Amino acid sequence: MILLRLTGRSIANRWATALLTVLALAVSIALFLGVERVRTGARTSFGSTISGTDLIVGARSGGVQLMLYSVFRIGNATNNMTWESYRDIAGQPEVAWTVPLSLGDSHRGFRVLGTTEAYFEHYRFRGGQKLTMRAGEPFSDLFDATLGADVAETLGYKVGDPIVVAHGLGAIGFTRHEDMPFRVSGILEKTGTPVDRTVHVSLAAIEAIHVDWQSGARIPGQSTGADAVRQMDLTPKSITAALVGVTSKLKTFKLQRFINEYPEEPLLAVLPGVALQELWSLIGVAETALAGVSAMVVLTAVIGMMAAILSSLAERRREMAILRSVGAGPGTIALLTVLEAALLSLAGAVAGTALFLTGLAVAGPLADQAFGLYLPFTLPTAREAAILGIFVLAGIVAGLFPALRAYRISLADGMTIRQ
Amino acid sequence: MAAPHPRPDDSSPAIALSGVQFEWKGTGFRIAVDAFQVARGERVLLLGPSGGGKSTLLGLICGISTPAEGKIEILGTDLSTLSSAQRDRFRAEHIGVIFQMFNLLPYASALENVRLGLAFAPGRARRAGGDADAADVLLTRLDLPEGKMRHRPASGLSTGQQQRVAAARALIGGPELIVADEPTSALDGSSQERFLDLLFAQLDSLGASLLMVSHDERLASRFDRVVRTTDVLRTEAAA
Repeated sequence: MILLRLTGRSIANRWATALLTVLALAVSIALFLGVERVRTGARTSFGSTISGTDLIVGARSGGVQLMLYSVFRIGNATNNMTWESYRDIAGQPEVAWTVPLSLGDSHRGFRVLGTTEAYFEHYRFRGGQKLTMRAGEPFSDLFDATLGADVAETLGYKVGDPIVVAHGLGAIGFTRHEDMPFRVSGILEKTGTPVDRTVHVSLAAIEAIHVDWQSGARIPGQSTGADAVRQMDLTPKSITAALVGVTSKLKTFKLQRFINEYPEEPLLAVLPGVALQELWSLIGVAETALAGVSAMVVLTAVIGMMAAILSSLAERRREMAILRSVGAGPGTIALLTVLEAALLSLAGAVAGTALFLTGLAVAGPLADQAFGLYLPFTLPTAREAAILGIFVLAGIVAGLFPALRAYRISLADGMTIRQ
Repeated sequence: MAAPHPRPDDSSPAIALSGVQFEWKGTGFRIAVDAFQVARGERVLLLGPSGGGKSTLLGLICGISTPAEGKIEILGTDLSTLSSAQRDRFRAEHIGVIFQMFNLLPYASALENVRLGLAFAPGRARRAGGDADAADVLLTRLDLPEGKMRHRPASGLSTGQQQRVAAARALIGGPELIVADEPTSALDGSSQERFLDLLFAQLDSLGASLLMVSHDERLASRFDRVVRTTDVLRTEAAA
C-alpha cells in the first residue's frame, strides 16, 4: 500500500532522528529484557542447584547463610560442626542418607570440596538429575580429585593429570600444599550449578593436606611424606555442613527439630526450599527496584519517541497539506502518525531483541564463570515475547498523542501549505 | 473511507457558490461570496492580491472548510449535504489541486507523487487503469524527461519540473475540476508559458474545468474569463 510505503519514506527522510529514536528504544528494551532474564535466570539457576535434599545441616548461623556457603559456595562458614555430631545425626532412624561437606581450600581459584562417595550418589540438581561423569571415575584413592566441568575446561586438565591444592580461597594460594600432589580421577558433566566450579576430594584428603598445618599455618620443620600420611588416622574432626535425606518427608520436621535442639553443640537444619524463599524475599526488594528502574528507562525512551514525532509534525505540515489536497481526511493523517509510532516501536523491539540476544551470547558465559549465574542462550521466551508485545502496544498508545495533534493541525491548516 | 460516492450530474456548473459566508475561528477573518460560478470546461482566472481571501475560497471549494452560511455546489453536488469524510472522498475523486510551490513529497519519486493523486480515489484509479503506466504517460505528456529521474526523490527536480509533476498528479485519472493556487508564480517567464501550454493541452483532452488563482495580470489573455477577487469576494478583518 502506497501510504505505508510513504510513511516509511517519510521516516527515512528524517533518518537521523528516527535512528536515534529506534536506538533509544532498542537499548531500553534490551535492558529491560536483560534484567528480566537475569532475574528469572537467577531464580532457576538457584532453584535448580539443589534438589532432592530434605535438610541442610551446619553450625548455627542464618538459614540463608548456611545454604549459600554449603550449596552455592558463596561466602564462608563461620563455624564447623563436629564429626561426632555428624555421625550422631547420620545414625538417627529418620535419616535415609547423609552427604558430609568440608570446604575451605581451593585450587587455582576453584573451591575444593571434601566429601564422600555418597555425594555422587545423592546430590541432585535441576529436578532430580544425578551427577554423571564425562570422563574417568569419582575419586576412590586418598589423593584422587574429581573435577567439575568448568574446572577441567578452564585449567585444561585431563584425567590422570597431577594437581596441587592450596589452603585458603585466593586465586593464587600463597600457602600451597605442595607436598600432597593429587591426581585427576575423573571429570563431571556440565550441570550449570556450582558443582562445575568445584574440585571434589575425599574427606580424608582434606585431613591429609592439613597434617602438617595448625591454625592455618605450617608447623615449622615438620613435613610428612605422602606415604607416611597414608598410614595415619585421617578421620575428620569437623566438617562444614551436611546434606540430609529423610526416609519419609513427614519426618523432616521431627528431624529438623532434633537437630535445632541438639544439646551437644549449636546446630542448624534448614529446608532448602524454605531457605530459598527466605533468600528471594531478601533480594526481592532489589529485584523489584531493578525491574522498576528498567521499566522507567523504557518509559523514558517511549516519551523520547513521542517528543521526536511531535517535533517532526511542525516540519511535516507541508506533507499534511499535500495529503489533504489529494483527499486524505484528518483521520488518515492521524492514522499515519500512529503508524509511524508503531513502525518505530516495532523497529525498536526488533533491534532491542537483537541487542539483547547478542548481549546474552556474549555476557552469558561470563556471568556463568564469574557469578555462577547460568544464563543459557535461548530465543525469547513466551513471557519475553509478551513484554515485547506490550512494548509495541505502549509505543502505539504513545503515538496517539502526536496523532491527535496532527489531526488538529491538518484540520486547522487544511490545504494551506506552511513551511 | 467507505462513504457513499455521489454521482455528479453533467449539466450543472463545475462550481456554483451563492450567499456564502465564512469566518476563520480565532482570527475573526471573514469572507463573503454572493455569487460565483464556473461552467463545465471553462477556464477561469481569479485575479487578486495575496491576502485577499483567495486561498480561503479555494479551501471552501475543495470542501476543506465549510461555510457558516450559503451554498457551495461542485459538479452539481451540494457540499453541505456531505459529511467531512465524504467531502474528502469527493475532493479525491473529482478535484485536482496544484499549489504555488512545495507541491511534492520531497522524499517520494516523481512517479509516486503522481500516483498519490489516486491513493484516496478508487474511482479515478479505475479510470486511470494501470496507474504505473498512466503516471508515466502523463509525465511524458507534461514533458518530464523519461528514465531514472522519475524514480529519484522529487527534491532533485527543478521547480518547473516539480510543478509539472504536480500538474500530472492533479490530472491523473481525469478529475472534472482542477483548482490551482498560483501554480506559476514560482516559475520564470518561459517556464510559465510552457507550464500553461502543457496544462491546457491536458485540460482540452479531459474537458475539465480550471479555476486558477493568481496576482499576475499577464496570464489573463489565455483564459476564457478573468474575474477579480474584489468583484467576487468581500473580506473583513477582525472587528
